[in-house]
Amino acid sequence: MKKLKVDPKGVLTGAHYLDGDFAIAEGALAAGCRFFAGYPITPSTETAERFAERIPFVGGIFIQMEDEIASVTALIGASWAGKKAMTVTSGPGFSLMMENIGLAAMMETPIVIANVQRGGPSTGLPTLVGQQDMMQVRWGSHGDYKIIALSPDSPQECFDLTIQAFNLSETYRVPTFIMTDECVGHMHEKVVIPPADKIEVVERKWYEGPKEKYLPYKPDKDMIPFMVKAGDGYRFHTTGLTHDERGYPVINAECQDWVVRHLNDKITKNAEKIIKYEEEQTDNAEVVVVSYGITSRVAYRAVQLARKAGIKVGTLRLITVWPFPEKRIKELAKKVKAFVVPEINYGQMVLEVERAAAGKAPAILVPHCGGWVHNPEDILKAIKEAAK
Amino acid sequence: MAVRLKDLTKIEDKLVAGHGMCLGCGIPLIFKVILRATEDPIIAANATGCLEVCTTIYPRTAWNMNWIHSAFENAASTIAGVEAMYKSLKKKGQIPADKKIKFMAMGGDGGTYDIGLQALSGAVERGHNFVYVCYDNNVYANTGGQRSSATPLGASATTDPAGAKSAGKIQGRKDLTKIMAAHNIPYAAQASPARWLDLYNKAEKAFKADGPAFLNVMCICPTEWKYESSMGIRLAQMALDACVWPLYEVEKGKYKINFKPKEKKPVLEWLKPQGRFRHLFKEGNAWMLEAIQKDVDKEWDELLKMEAPASK
Repeated sequence: MKKLKVDPKGVLTGAHYLDGDFAIAEGALAAGCRFFAGYPITPSTETAERFAERIPFVGGIFIQMEDEIASVTALIGASWAGKKAMTVTSGPGFSLMMENIGLAAMMETPIVIANVQRGGPSTGLPTLVGQQDMMQVRWGSHGDYKIIALSPDSPQECFDLTIQAFNLSETYRVPTFIMTDECVGHMHEKVVIPPADKIEVVERKWYEGPKEKYLPYKPDKDMIPFMVKAGDGYRFHTTGLTHDERGYPVINAECQDWVVRHLNDKITKNAEKIIKYEEEQTDNAEVVVVSYGITSRVAYRAVQLARKAGIKVGTLRLITVWPFPEKRIKELAKKVKAFVVPEINYGQMVLEVERAAAGKAPAILVPHCGGWVHNPEDILKAIKEAAK
Repeated sequence: MAVRLKDLTKIEDKLVAGHGMCLGCGIPLIFKVILRATEDPIIAANATGCLEVCTTIYPRTAWNMNWIHSAFENAASTIAGVEAMYKSLKKKGQIPADKKIKFMAMGGDGGTYDIGLQALSGAVERGHNFVYVCYDNNVYANTGGQRSSATPLGASATTDPAGAKSAGKIQGRKDLTKIMAAHNIPYAAQASPARWLDLYNKAEKAFKADGPAFLNVMCICPTEWKYESSMGIRLAQMALDACVWPLYEVEKGKYKINFKPKEKKPVLEWLKPQGRFRHLFKEGNAWMLEAIQKDVDKEWDELLKMEAPASK
């Protein structure tokens, strides 16, 4: 993959005291994102506001759209014009985006969307935390497709993973998501932004061959088709309909099979390259706590208490949520008594842990319906239960 | 009209005390007048926004009538469903034929001009018998001051901030009242909390209209317009005097201006007390002041031309 030189204008090198929402904006600017289309929604609006303030000095475009449907669609347009594009939202806005997330997946368009999750369903808890869109991000739009989703647990990671999200989105031509939450989004912490030349940014795979031979959906050796920029003289045809290599609609079972397999396989077969997680003391663990986002920080307190009580507890923090690290969970399932999965929802990622563990070890859910983080005592109770 | 303010105070409030609006907010002033303009029971759908948030969250629940909070974009669709069902039940005889119920939807400019426009357009085109009230404070105040398509030319908003590289919003305001009038509905009007009687009369006409009616009410907002909260009504009057927010109504396609200032004031007088326009008085931004005045003049002149001759 071609490395791109980072435009130093977008990089605020130094140590800052930022909240997660601001850090997402800075990460995007550092990654070379120069197009933001968004719509106000708590608790994500600060990212848009930061972008609006910074973009006149960095060069690029910020547009406030009339709704979230328009936001995502504008990203698709900007991306086909050759720009790295992002938006940010929360629950209700995320729901409105769903149709066009599917469109971006079908059109294999690199776009980045951050969801600063709040409690739902519906308007729910506009100003309070939730982690309830973890399955929606995977399955929300209709049809079979795969996406990539990352989950930061700190403002620093909001910065780092936003850059990552752009790199993955550009590499795999797929909508990529930053699934953070209100706590991380509004939490202020130290964020260190490295010098521009220390930031790794991926360049999109541009087609440079003869004009008449360009095929926007012909997979390259790495499965990913080349892209061109609108206005560069190449002709392309792209659509949400089932299409062939040329991008022309072909409405039959064969072409559908080819497209759907491709949209799924390009992620599944590259999953091991994409997946990142953080493990601690899992070697001899009886119990492994699987968590992500703000919950992993709360769970850590429970883990400390459990270790004090003599229980061998390991942790696995999901950084990539989708694709899910099922291989690693499968391995661990053979060795542990049980998994403990705290999350601020009524049981979502626990289903994946259960699926990957395939009956070798149970997954104990510690649910929290949103509005606040867990009490570490509740997680501790589950760990003790699991260790029995 | 024989309505006196004193008489209005005797009518039971449907939006009662205890809500959590900002000091000096225009919303309660507007709705307390509008909701008194009918004696029939009202059922309302409310889009997400300041009105919804500040009047509902327990213990600040302030509604003395049936009330539905839909999502952000669909208050008009929600009330369309209610109204259609009411008609159906009436036809079946499950609701007495002489039972009168008024249907109402309300939203701010974000929920009306922007995200809710499609739902509103659809509902009035289908001819549902309801009143839509937009309280237009020119900004997404509920989420902290982002620009909307009702934000006026030159204003600063958090997603359109004035600064070294910007003299504020470069687009003018979407003329929603005319868009609604263009749906050929029985009644569409612009009103202001500075003229309570005019507002009352318009609300009464809207409730009595046989078909969809639309009220666009300028809503003073000390928090986002950034002015001394005690001067809200005076500021609303300034908007009328400078013809920034003309009071007019469109009844069966005929335009009528309800307030013409004896002496049209310069728009500067309206801009000056508001922090959201403060940058316009800095060096280098005079062009924007001129552009705003030109815009206001143009809109006013056009409106004068559209007004139906009084004799007809």
